[in-house]
Amino acid sequence: MKPQRTGIGGKIHRARTIRFSFDGTSYEGHPGDTLASALLANGIVLFGRSFKYHRPRGVVSAGIDEPNALVTVLRGDVREPNIPATTIEIFDGLVAVSQNRFPSLAFDLNAINQLGGKLLGAGFYYKTFMGPVIGPLRGTRFWMFCEHFIRRAAGLGRAGEAHDTARYERVNAFCDVLIVGGGPAGLMAARAAAEKGDRVILAEFDPTFGGSAKWSGETIDGQPADIWTQFVADDLRSMPNVTLLPRTLVWGYYDSDTMAALERVSDHKVKAETGEPRHRSWTIRAGRVILATGALERPIVFPGNDRPGVMLASAAQRYAGEYGITVGSRVAVFTNNDSAYTALAAMKAAECSSLVVVDVRSQISPAARAAASHAGVELLLGQAVVGTRGYPSLSSIKVQRFDPSSLTTSGVARSISVDALLVSGGWSPTLHLASQAGGRPVWDEEIQAFTPPQPLQNWMAAGAARGAFSTAEAVAEGYAAGGGETADDAEPLPETEPTILLSKPARVFEIKAKGKAFVDFQHDVTADDVRLAHQEGFVSVEHLKRYTTLGMGTDQGKTSNVPGLAIMAEVSGRQIPEVGTTRFRPPYAPVSIGALAAERFGDLKPERLTPMHDWHVEQGAEMMPAGLWFRPRIYAQPGETIEQSYVRETRAARNEAGIVDVSTLGKIAVQGPDAALFLDRVYTNTFSTLPINKARYGLMLREDGFVLDDGTTWRLGQNEFLMTTTTANAGKVMQHLEYLLDVIWPDLKVHLTSVTDQWAGAAIGGPRAREILSTCVQGTKVDNATLPFMGIVHGTIAQVPVMICRLSFSGEMAFEVYCGAGHGQHVWNALLSAGQGFGLVAYGMEALGTMRIEKGHVTGAEIDGRTTARDLHLDWMLSKKKSFVGSAMMDREGLSGPDRLQLVGLVSLDGRALSGGAHIVEHVDPEAPSHSLGHVTAACYSPSLGKYIGLALVSGGKGRRETRAFVSDPLRNRFGPVEIVSHHMFDPQGTRMHG
Amino acid sequence: MLITCPYCGPRDVSEFTYQGDGNRTRPDPDSTDLGAWNRYVYDRVNIAGEHNEIWQHSGGCRMHIAITRSTTTHKISSVRAMRDAGPGAGQ
Repeated sequence: MKPQRTGIGGKIHRARTIRFSFDGTSYEGHPGDTLASALLANGIVLFGRSFKYHRPRGVVSAGIDEPNALVTVLRGDVREPNIPATTIEIFDGLVAVSQNRFPSLAFDLNAINQLGGKLLGAGFYYKTFMGPVIGPLRGTRFWMFCEHFIRRAAGLGRAGEAHDTARYERVNAFCDVLIVGGGPAGLMAARAAAEKGDRVILAEFDPTFGGSAKWSGETIDGQPADIWTQFVADDLRSMPNVTLLPRTLVWGYYDSDTMAALERVSDHKVKAETGEPRHRSWTIRAGRVILATGALERPIVFPGNDRPGVMLASAAQRYAGEYGITVGSRVAVFTNNDSAYTALAAMKAAECSSLVVVDVRSQISPAARAAASHAGVELLLGQAVVGTRGYPSLSSIKVQRFDPSSLTTSGVARSISVDALLVSGGWSPTLHLASQAGGRPVWDEEIQAFTPPQPLQNWMAAGAARGAFSTAEAVAEGYAAGGGETADDAEPLPETEPTILLSKPARVFEIKAKGKAFVDFQHDVTADDVRLAHQEGFVSVEHLKRYTTLGMGTDQGKTSNVPGLAIMAEVSGRQIPEVGTTRFRPPYAPVSIGALAAERFGDLKPERLTPMHDWHVEQGAEMMPAGLWFRPRIYAQPGETIEQSYVRETRAARNEAGIVDVSTLGKIAVQGPDAALFLDRVYTNTFSTLPINKARYGLMLREDGFVLDDGTTWRLGQNEFLMTTTTANAGKVMQHLEYLLDVIWPDLKVHLTSVTDQWAGAAIGGPRAREILSTCVQGTKVDNATLPFMGIVHGTIAQVPVMICRLSFSGEMAFEVYCGAGHGQHVWNALLSAGQGFGLVAYGMEALGTMRIEKGHVTGAEIDGRTTARDLHLDWMLSKKKSFVGSAMMDREGLSGPDRLQLVGLVSLDGRALSGGAHIVEHVDPEAPSHSLGHVTAACYSPSLGKYIGLALVSGGKGRRETRAFVSDPLRNRFGPVEIVSHHMFDPQGTRMHG
Repeated sequence: MLITCPYCGPRDVSEFTYQGDGNRTRPDPDSTDLGAWNRYVYDRVNIAGEHNEIWQHSGGCRMHIAITRSTTTHKISSVRAMRDAGPGAGQ
């Protein structure tokens, strides 16, 4: 008989029918069903094909530990693969399909892989993909060719390509107590903590609270356990200090008791409500954490243990108790412990016609014996299941005498006709979160399982999560963990049934017999694979895991971990605690990437725009990113190339006047009685001697002696300076200065303020720049006496206060005009209209770059973290009268000498453009690239020189001036002769800027 | 990980920038002892256990703070404002 819905029973709502589809066929289920239970109710036993061998697989568990029954859920074109059918709530219109089968689930061509079992063992890829040693497909090329086909045959679900249109969101939460798990222990903990007034969050993976109490059939506080749990949950829901999170997986335990959780908000709905996300990603900062995560039942490893129809005893019990399903009519139970006997009554109630129990132990407890006789089962003690038959699902099992001390089978095998086999290999506490929090799990010999480690963070485990499997212990430990009163006159705890059938398993994890016995169902890892790994020298449990892929599937070995370790221990002659367990890491179960990203997708960088940004765009400027800033590259006129644009702009600036937006320069206010002293220490040159209203060009080194940044600093008062930095380094320089003040010189009275965004700046330069300024500036003269080179004046332009400093990056007579950022556009407009009769042109970054290349001024392309002041010919700025940051290290061996890469100018000798990044070589040969002398850092067409020029860092560059070399740029296929010259290529005397 | 900034209170680690090993001592600025400078600039201790570190609350008040943190458990046993720690402390 196939599985079917029982006439009565279960917690499903039979009055309502839900229609859904699986592999194109329409089925019916009820609210409260999972996809797995609804399919079982429809007699479906085949859920998928296995990873390597394509063996038919059915459902093994009834929860999140499911290794086999993985399906793909389709929502329109969006496909979500590898979801356990046991965790999917059905809804009207749900569409799910099976995975890893071709052409269909029932008939799969790749099932032929089973015949190749020996070949496909552990390490198959490592051993096989060596490739022939000769021929065109030598090396691994042949296997790279085959990989495409192999990857199609092996694996799980296929990822989709459609854009996921669902919405995801993130939320931060804070609480005194986070309780993970809403079974009896978690509910009692929540109640105790909530009654004390703690802010409580209770998270439960399932849609409803209750845990095992939903299907165990026991009574608590004189009521059916599932009713009792609903009362407690309802009480909690009404309390203002309690947040209940059903459908929420707490998947990560991070430092400082920070927990990560995923709430499945609308997966179970036909359509999300307006404003509702699909998933919500929670970051919960808990004062303390109570882990009431329960325990997971383990299978036993024996040949044919993966056949559809073989499942965990607790799963069958849950299908009967919660979903009203009988998994078969002729049912066998195979166990090494007492807990499986609790399933007998449930199977009896679920209308099974015959029951047999196969127990590896020859002696069982009186309680187990009583349960067996009460259910009227045939009891086969000291026996084991050594094989299964049936295709595609179970039809019979083979049973043989078994000696639990020697772990050997003997005697004649007996065949028993069954359609379901319920297996119990004992229980493992769900200690994954505790392990993530740190510490080594501890082996408990009595329950043959790892228990949580000594807490290194502020958590405690309660109930089955701690290895205390009875409901009475769950209730008592949960209450105590929540902080409940334990005084004699305190309210008594809810009464529970005495639990007599507990998991104290015999030390039997595997039945050795002929045939494939699976440890990890999802990755098709067999007991022989584990032995093979050991034989090949993989002794460490971490290596075993990676070599065999045991426990590496989407289920992360929830069912396979302990049996795998047990086999490893046996072959290596060690005890399980000596073998140890792998460290569990987040996430406990798969988490949607969409929820982790939530609203953070697309371009995440903030955009920094100058006050004049809109004007640039209106003028048709092509904007380019500079760090987070956007700056005009060129103001192109119709029909112009980039080069034509910047050449026109450069000519205008050199011949008449040009204006450029310099608001992006980093600006730091350095204030305080020790400001001048501080600057003397951080700059290589001296600032304490700088008069008020004068500026000076400064150079900063790092502690290791390399150049950090350059810029001008203006003295605005005795104790007040305005430092400018390059646009890209503003943040780095600020942090450098803050570090020095906080850590190295906390005694200095200096205050730093970033004022980059407070000032708008325009640099106006060229032969007519001073004339333009004099027509629009009020309150000060701008003549040579009042405003000499590097001088500063204060005045107004169009009624707006401005600060003007005469300094030059372009090499022209130039002025930087600063005003409050809010007036930036106003002042810019005033400067433009003043310049109308003088041929003033706005120029962009290309023209700015051209003029600085002509002048040999350095920027970030040359200050690349590897150049020294000497390399850049800035050694004239290194004060010999004082120490400064970097002064001790700048003269180290290797940081000076004739072979260093030094700044030079380049002139193209073939009349073609140079490009940044090209190498400089002595002899050019595209076929045999020779030793590189250095590289081009910047290049342009120089309208002033009428040539293509560039700057470069060249080994021994100073000594190579007036010699010929070549550029070698194989990527862009650009080779050609250049002349190495001084970096001062235009107006080396500086007569234009000094005026 | 939470760091309790002396000025702002407990904040997420993502607001902070690690600013290096707090066990180093900067030589006297005029010192020409290249060995001492090399140790200061390049040598870092790599401790499994309690470690003195310098962090900056770069996404907050921007204060540099001296932290003693266990590199094995991430437990922070002490947090002080670098400036309160006195001149030269924990350079």
